[in-house]
Amino acid sequence: MVDVTPADAVPPAEVAEMELYHPHSWWTKYVFSQDAKVIAIQYSGTATAIGLVALVLSWLMRLQLGFPGTFDFITPEAYYQFITMHGMIMVIYLLTALFLGGFGNYLIPLMVGARDMVFPYVNMLSYWIYLLAVLVLVSSFFAPGGPTGAGWTLYPPQAIMTGTPGGQEWGIILMLVSLILFIIGFTMGGLNYVVTVLQARTRGMTMMRLPLTVWGIFTATVMALLAFPALFVACVMMLLDRALGTSFFMPAVVEMGEQLQHNGGSPILFQHLFWFFGHPEVYIVALPAFGIVSDLISTHARKNIFGYRMMVWAIVGIGALSFVVWAHHMYVSGMHPYFGFFFATTTLIIAIPTAIKVYNWVLTLWRGDIHLTIPMLFAMAFIVTFVNGGLTGLFLGNVVVDVPLSDTMFVVAHFHMVMGVAPILVIFGAIYHWYPKVTGRMLNETLGRFHFWVTFLGAYLIFFPMHYIGLMGVPRRYAEMTDVTVMTESAHHLNSFISIMAFIVGFAQIVFLFNLIWSIRHGREAGGNPWRATTLEWQTPQTPPAHGNFGKELPIVYRWAYDYSVPGAKEDFIPQNMPGTFGPSREPA
Amino acid sequence: MPIVVVLVLIVLGSVLFHFLSPWWWTPIASNWDYIDNTIIITFWITGVVFAAVVLFMAYCVFRFRHREGSRAAYEPENRRLEWWLTIVTGVGVTAMLVPGLFVWSRFVNVPSDATVVEVVGQQWQWSFRLPGKDGKLGTSDTRDVTAENPLGVIAKDPNGQDDVVVEAADLHLPVGKPVKMLLRSIDVLHDFYVPEFRAKMDMIPGSVTYFWFTPTKTGTFQVLCAELCGQGHPMMHGIVMVDTQEDYVAWLDQQQTFAQLSAPQQTGSAEQAPGNATVSALKVAAKLETVGSR
Repeated sequence: MVDVTPADAVPPAEVAEMELYHPHSWWTKYVFSQDAKVIAIQYSGTATAIGLVALVLSWLMRLQLGFPGTFDFITPEAYYQFITMHGMIMVIYLLTALFLGGFGNYLIPLMVGARDMVFPYVNMLSYWIYLLAVLVLVSSFFAPGGPTGAGWTLYPPQAIMTGTPGGQEWGIILMLVSLILFIIGFTMGGLNYVVTVLQARTRGMTMMRLPLTVWGIFTATVMALLAFPALFVACVMMLLDRALGTSFFMPAVVEMGEQLQHNGGSPILFQHLFWFFGHPEVYIVALPAFGIVSDLISTHARKNIFGYRMMVWAIVGIGALSFVVWAHHMYVSGMHPYFGFFFATTTLIIAIPTAIKVYNWVLTLWRGDIHLTIPMLFAMAFIVTFVNGGLTGLFLGNVVVDVPLSDTMFVVAHFHMVMGVAPILVIFGAIYHWYPKVTGRMLNETLGRFHFWVTFLGAYLIFFPMHYIGLMGVPRRYAEMTDVTVMTESAHHLNSFISIMAFIVGFAQIVFLFNLIWSIRHGREAGGNPWRATTLEWQTPQTPPAHGNFGKELPIVYRWAYDYSVPGAKEDFIPQNMPGTFGPSREPA
Repeated sequence: MPIVVVLVLIVLGSVLFHFLSPWWWTPIASNWDYIDNTIIITFWITGVVFAAVVLFMAYCVFRFRHREGSRAAYEPENRRLEWWLTIVTGVGVTAMLVPGLFVWSRFVNVPSDATVVEVVGQQWQWSFRLPGKDGKLGTSDTRDVTAENPLGVIAKDPNGQDDVVVEAADLHLPVGKPVKMLLRSIDVLHDFYVPEFRAKMDMIPGSVTYFWFTPTKTGTFQVLCAELCGQGHPMMHGIVMVDTQEDYVAWLDQQQTFAQLSAPQQTGSAEQAPGNATVSALKVAAKLETVGSR
C-alpha cells in the first residue's frame, strides 16, 4: 500500500538542467534543427514519403498476381525488384524509422519530462544520415539495371549473381551501402533514446512510473543497438564479396555454365547473421507498438492498464528471448536439423509473455468506460490482427509444422498480419491520438472513421484468405502462379479479389494523407489535453509544445501514468504531475 | 456499436471460411500425415484462442462502452488471474510443441532401409542422380562441373561410374519405399518442394542437405522451387512420377550411367572467356528461354 511519494523523497534527475541550443535562423529552427520534436517530424515525413513508394510497389505486385499476363511491363525481373524494395522499405525505412525516429523522438523527451534528447546535435545528424540512406536507396531505381531483386532477405549467392536483377550491376551495391548508412544513422539516434530514458527523466519519474510507450520504445532501441551490428557486418562482408571478389558467403559456384572464382564461403552464415538481426527486428517494430497500444487502450477506456508490472516484464522478457529464436526462420535452410528442437522450444516459449500482453489489453477493457474514439478503434483492430498473426506464428514456429508451410504464401500472410498490418494500425491510432498535440488541432472525424473501417476490414480480407493459398502449397515469391498445379482456378479468383482489396485499402491511405494535411489548418481546435490523459506530454504549457517542452520549470512526477478513474478523485484522470492523494492509491510499487 | 457487430462477424466469418471455403491443402501422397495432424491440432488450439479473445473484446465493448456518467473500475493488477492465464497458456503451447517435436525427430532421423536419390538444382532446372548397382553414389564437387559433367561427379571416384544420371528430366520413384533425398546445388540456393509430399528442404551450393519420405500414392507430382533463386524462380518446375515397382524398374533400365554419358568426350570443353555483364545477361535470357519453353 504505497501512498504518493513526496517529491523531495524521490531521486532527482542525475543530469543538471540541460543547456539548449537556441536556433537563430529559419534554417536552424526547421531544417538543421536540434529539437527532437522537429527531428521527429522530419523522420516521420521522410518515412511516410518512402513508405508511399513501397505502397505503390505493392500495387504493382498485386496487379501481376491478381491479373497475371495482363501487364507486360511487369516482367519477372521487375516483379522481383518490386517485392525486394517493398519489403526492405516497409520493414526498415518505414516501420523502424517511424517508430523509433518518429515516435521515439517526439514522445521520449516529453513523456519522461526532459527538455530534449541528451545529445541534440547527434540526434540531428541521425536524421540527416537516415535521409542520405533513403536517397541512396531511391537512387537504385535510376541506376543501370535498376534496384536489386534479391528479395528483402538478400540471400547470397543469388543476391550478387547474374541471374538476379541488380546482382552484377548497381542494385545490390546501393542497397548494401544504404543499409550501412541507415545503421550508422540509427545508432546515433538510438544511443540518444537510451541515454535520455536512463539519465534525463524528471524528478519523480522512476523507471516503474514510465508510460508503457516509453518502455516499448526504450526496449526496442536497446535491442536494435544489439541487433543491427549483425546486419552491418553481413552487409560489409557481402559488399566485399560483390565488389572485391572475396568469399565470405560465396562457395565455389557455377554461374550460367561458368566457374566463378569464389571458394570456401558459407551462404548459411549470412542467413544466421541476417536473422540474428532479422528476428529481433520483428520485435523492434512490435514492442513500440505494444507500448503505444497499451497507452491508447488505457487512456480511451479510462482505466489503468491491467497488470502494469507484468506488462513491463513481458516487454523486457520478449526483448531478451527474441535474441535466441532467430533460426526459426531457417528450419528448412539446411542448417543442422537438431537446431530445430532448440529453436522451436524457444519460439513457442516467447508466445507466453506475448499472450500475457494480449490478455492484459483485453482485461483493461473489462469494467472500463470505453470511449469508441478513432485511436481506440485502431487499438482494437490491432488486437484482432495481432492475435491472428501471432497465432499463425505458432504454426511456423513449431518446426515440423513449418516444413510444409515455409516459403509459401502462408508465411507472407502471417508476417503481413503480425508485423505489417498490426503495427501500422497502431501507428494510425497513435497519429490520431497525438496529432492534436503536434498540431494543436484534431484530425477530421468522418474521414478518420472512413479510413479506419476501410483499412481494418480491407487488410483483414487481404491477408486472412491468403493463408489458405499458402496452405494449398503455393510458394511465395512467384512472379507467376499460373503454372503451379496445386493453384486451382478458384484460387486465382481469390488472388484477383485480394488484389482489388489491396487497391481499395491503398486508396484509403490517400484519404488519410489528405486528412493529415487538411486538418493542420482546418481541424477542430484541440486544446492542450483533448483526451484528458495523464502522461506528461499532455501537460505542457503550450500546444504544440515549444522548444524545451515544459516552459520555465520541469514537471515533477508524483504518480504512475495510469491513474484513471481513481476512486475518490473528482476527475476520471489524474495527471502524473499532480500532487496529492485521492483515496488509497494502488500504484504498483 | 458497429465495432461489436464487426468483431463478432470476424470470428464467425473466419471460422466459416475455414470450414467451408474450397481452399485447403492438396491430398497427401507421402507418409507425413503426422505433419497434417500436427497442423490440425494447431488449428484447433489457435482457433479457440482467437475466437475467445475477439469475442471477449466484443463483449467488453458491448457491456462497458461509455454511457453518460459511467466510470471505470480501478484495478491495477490481479496476481491470481495473471498466473492462472500464464499457466493455461503454457499448457496450450506445450500441447502444440510436444507433438511437433516428436514428429520432427521422425523427420530428421532417416530409416536405415531408405534408398538414396540425389537432387541437383541449378538455375533453373532439376537434375537427379541415383546410385548404380554398387548402391553407392560417387563423390561430387562443384569445381568439376562442365558441360559434359553437369552434376560435377568426380570422374576418378570408381563409385560414381555406374551412377544413373537424369539431367533436366523427370524423376521416377517406386511407391511405398522410404527414400532419402540428398540435396545439392551448383549455383544458388534452391528448395526441392513437392506440395503433396509435405516435405521440403533448401539446397545450398557447397553443402549436401537432406530430407526423407515414403511416397504412398502412384501418380505424377509437380516439383516446385521454394527458395528464391533469381528471375527464373517461378518457372523452375520439375516432375516426380511415383511408379509401381515394375514401372520403376522399366524406367530405370532406360537410364544412362555416368560412365556411358561421359564416354564420347573425355576432354573438357573449351572454357569460354569470362563474360562481361552484357554477355552474362544474354546467357540469362537464353537460359530463361529454354526453361520457359519446357
